[in-house]
Amino acid sequence: MGSQTLFEKIWNQHVVREEPDGTTLLYIDRHLVHEVTSPQAFEGLRLAGRTPRRAGAALAVPDHNVPTTDRKQGISDPMSALQISTLENNCAEFGISYFGMEDIRQGIVHVIGPEQGLTLPGMTIVCGDSHTSTHGAFGALAFGIGTSEVEHVLATQCLVQKRPKTMEIRVEGTLPDYCSPKDVILAIIGRIGIGGGIGQVVEYTGSVIRSFSMEGRMTLCNMSIEAGARAGLVSPDEKTVAYVKGRPLTPKGEMFEQASQAWLDLKTDQGATFDNLVELRGENIPPQVTWGTNPGMVTDVNGTVPNPADIADEKLRLATQRALDYMGLQPGIPVCDIQLDRVFIGSCTNSRIEDLRVAAKYVQGKRVSGKVKAMVVPGSGLVKQQAEEEGLDRVFRAAGFEWREPGCSMCLAMNADVLTPGERCASTSNRNFEGRQGKGGRTHLVSPAMAAAAAVAGHFVDIRDWA
Amino acid sequence: MQAFTTVSGIVAPLDRADVDTDQIIPKQYLKTIARTGLKEGLFADWRQQSDGTPNPDFFSNQSRYQEASILLTRDNFGCGSSREHAPWALLDYGIRSILAPSFADIFYNNCFQNGILPVVLTAQEIQTIFDRVLSKETYQITVDLPEQVVLLPEGERYAFTVDSFRKDCMVKGLDGIGLTLKHESAISDYETRRSQEAPWLFQNSTT
Repeated sequence: MGSQTLFEKIWNQHVVREEPDGTTLLYIDRHLVHEVTSPQAFEGLRLAGRTPRRAGAALAVPDHNVPTTDRKQGISDPMSALQISTLENNCAEFGISYFGMEDIRQGIVHVIGPEQGLTLPGMTIVCGDSHTSTHGAFGALAFGIGTSEVEHVLATQCLVQKRPKTMEIRVEGTLPDYCSPKDVILAIIGRIGIGGGIGQVVEYTGSVIRSFSMEGRMTLCNMSIEAGARAGLVSPDEKTVAYVKGRPLTPKGEMFEQASQAWLDLKTDQGATFDNLVELRGENIPPQVTWGTNPGMVTDVNGTVPNPADIADEKLRLATQRALDYMGLQPGIPVCDIQLDRVFIGSCTNSRIEDLRVAAKYVQGKRVSGKVKAMVVPGSGLVKQQAEEEGLDRVFRAAGFEWREPGCSMCLAMNADVLTPGERCASTSNRNFEGRQGKGGRTHLVSPAMAAAAAVAGHFVDIRDWA
Repeated sequence: MQAFTTVSGIVAPLDRADVDTDQIIPKQYLKTIARTGLKEGLFADWRQQSDGTPNPDFFSNQSRYQEASILLTRDNFGCGSSREHAPWALLDYGIRSILAPSFADIFYNNCFQNGILPVVLTAQEIQTIFDRVLSKETYQITVDLPEQVVLLPEGERYAFTVDSFRKDCMVKGLDGIGLTLKHESAISDYETRRSQEAPWLFQNSTT
């Protein structure tokens, strides 16, 4: 067999059979399940008289709908409550592991998979959620699926797939101080566009990527879907093995040694080729801020909001104008002049312990601006516990942040955490689509450091020269 | 799944690129455990103006597009969230085929699971259909899956590609899970082999 990319190795290891046209029956190792995209799948199983092929390959958790305030009060929204009780009942009926709302292990599905050691290198991992791409940080082929495919995986432990194309995104050099993986992925999306990765699996390579912690690689891979990519990958290394070791679901003893050897061999061979290559230099990536209504509408913190009058292409000019109208922004204003009402630190992109540590550094000993309402929503109960052990909760509370219970929260605002029409939010989440954080709400995507500093200043600041 | 062979019908125009699934069906309509009745949420925030009155510019509020079964749109349709509620809502509204220069991957897959045919045409072909739709009331075209062609009343025939396996499932309205289960022995053989090569992949998620 010739030289192969990391993607090709994982793919080939999971082929059960192939149709003459190349359509592949692909084996799925792990399946994460949440309350919003699974009820119709379980109902489908019941209607067809089917049962999960490998219930032990799945793990379920409610995250999208859960309240982030006192859980002892229960859930006031009856529809949210019904979705969550439906998930719990389905898991009990079909024998699937379930972390309930009162369980310290509960959290955002893409935070708890890695945290529990469910996510391992070389696996195929799916979930009825587009941000499943997060798990690619471990060198696992991980992608989002719809509810019909959730049912398909439950029933067969397989999916019918067409082999995607491959793209290498190489980021060499070094990142400027104060810049983060969030800035890198936003810059990548700004460069290739939100449809730039369609039909492709991206492998991130280069010295900047290698320098990222596992948390940073998760932030990076998480937003691969925002570039339209099927999945994102970083090849496993010693950092990966060290992160995975000793977690509840990680193999132990001799099996761990055997596994980690196999994981370290999972890398793109010299001479293997990708269908496409994109190259960026780390030095050229300052902190990023989105100004529009999709993640590709992004610019440097020291830049300005675009002026449609300067755009020659008619379609792009109209799209830009429409985005500025929705966002309530004057053309050409400096990003640092954008005033904020809300700050949200959380989501499957940026709610891990490292994100909270970085954000806390920027608010230590300071106060949130009087006109800003700011909140921190840890990614899981265990992240929250660790942050509290480190005293981060006290730093945030003392500065005037709300310190909440774990969940997806205001990333998609399915629970009570919602922007009101016209409110403007600096958010560490992944999507700035119209209405995403609440009808009429205006979202600017940034890194945890940028969000924390903006909460204090009341507007965006260039953290490179902000004390 | 509802089979798809040929659909002839009125074309509704949605002249925007990068339409994300948060717009196709906003999150407040996802709090359901059913897959029916979702047309209430279809483009809910775009159908209405900020004061709650119908947006007269949106296709679903215009009488000429009331019976539309084909949606015409631009690049990267269905990007963002994987919510299958998006094709469910479109289907519930009566859309059976969507024409665009490109689609987001997850949405594209989800359409095939629900008897909606997403058709990729060139940007020029899409533009031609936009021009005709806007200039002629109740403009109708035919999407023919067996022949893999979009037929315009003026005589143009726009060929499109589709994976032969997907096409076969769609034309016959086959149950995808049932098809996979026919390969039970291949799946079992795979599991037996892999559990020896990489036993850590087969540990249970119970702690």
